[in-house]
Amino acid sequence: MSKFRKKKLGGSDQINTSALPDIIFMLLFFFMVTTVLREQDVLVDQRIPQSTQLQKLQNKTLISYIFIGKPKNTSLYGSEPRVQANDVLISSPEIVQWVNQERDKLPEADRQSITISMKVDKEVKMGPISDVQTELRNADARKVLYASTKKTEEN
Amino acid sequence: MSNEINAGSMADIAFLLLIFFLVTTTIASDKGILNFLPPKQDPNVPQPDIKKNERNIFNVLINANNDLLVEGEYRRKAEGLDKDFKDFIMNFGAPDEEAVALFNSLPASLQAQAQRKPDSSDHPGEAVISIKTNRGTSYAVFLEVFDNAKRAYFSVYAERVGLTPDEYRALTDDDEASKALQNKGKEGIPMAISIAEPDKMGGN
Repeated sequence: MSKFRKKKLGGSDQINTSALPDIIFMLLFFFMVTTVLREQDVLVDQRIPQSTQLQKLQNKTLISYIFIGKPKNTSLYGSEPRVQANDVLISSPEIVQWVNQERDKLPEADRQSITISMKVDKEVKMGPISDVQTELRNADARKVLYASTKKTEEN
Repeated sequence: MSNEINAGSMADIAFLLLIFFLVTTTIASDKGILNFLPPKQDPNVPQPDIKKNERNIFNVLINANNDLLVEGEYRRKAEGLDKDFKDFIMNFGAPDEEAVALFNSLPASLQAQAQRKPDSSDHPGEAVISIKTNRGTSYAVFLEVFDNAKRAYFSVYAERVGLTPDEYRALTDDDEASKALQNKGKEGIPMAISIAEPDKMGGN
């Protein structure tokens, strides 16, 4: 008990807040470093389905993203599911060209292991997805990741 | 007049910036289900004629109404499919010499799961799970079935090396030890999930 009493006698009434800015700055730097400012607008709906058997990819530089879903701006692009790569909506035959462009950005040794992360909206049917996959096979980019979020398991 | 700059509002400024970054941050999630597409088909080379016994193929058909046909049986939901997949893979109905050696190397808990049904797969090396969809099938349903198939394989692999499936999936091939574990789990049991080209009926 004497230990506590001593402390109370010595300390002032107010909490010392001089370290607060440092703590906040630390948090700030953390978020600044982890933030990826969106370099592209996603033009299609993105409600990613959930699943359980997720795997994480180690090498993020090898990943290229493809977005599939119903366009957000239906008056401009129609209501059929479209494929977005980089900043634009493309049609299936253009995918081969896009993959080759993405591949050229990678160092030579990694070109074969390019991974396509397919971010597909829940509402999309298998038809357009199969078309995209056929094109990816044509482009020889055969490693595909179906982007998905963790499903909370109900037991 | 004091010589020091008043630093009292420093915390406020930092807070403001912090909140800005909190709001704009999207922590990139590169998680998902990995799949390897088959190589491009050469039109000049005829498709190899692979003869496989019907019992070694576990057929899952999904139609445009998202109904499932699992080995000829109608099913409304994909839930519980992973159990069927696992029973099918680990059936060991007619193992050859290699598969008997594989079977003997498995832990007892996995050996106990072998049902040895004559009308199911011969051994894991032969077993293939085939998922066929329709162009009108919903992607979410397909992914659920695919997820179940992966779950069956990962639970077998994990049980073999004495990890939980979550731990097994988190293994990376960065260091030798986890790579060895990964290979030990997979050895002799290839992940054979075939995704057939969707048929055109009833979709778009």
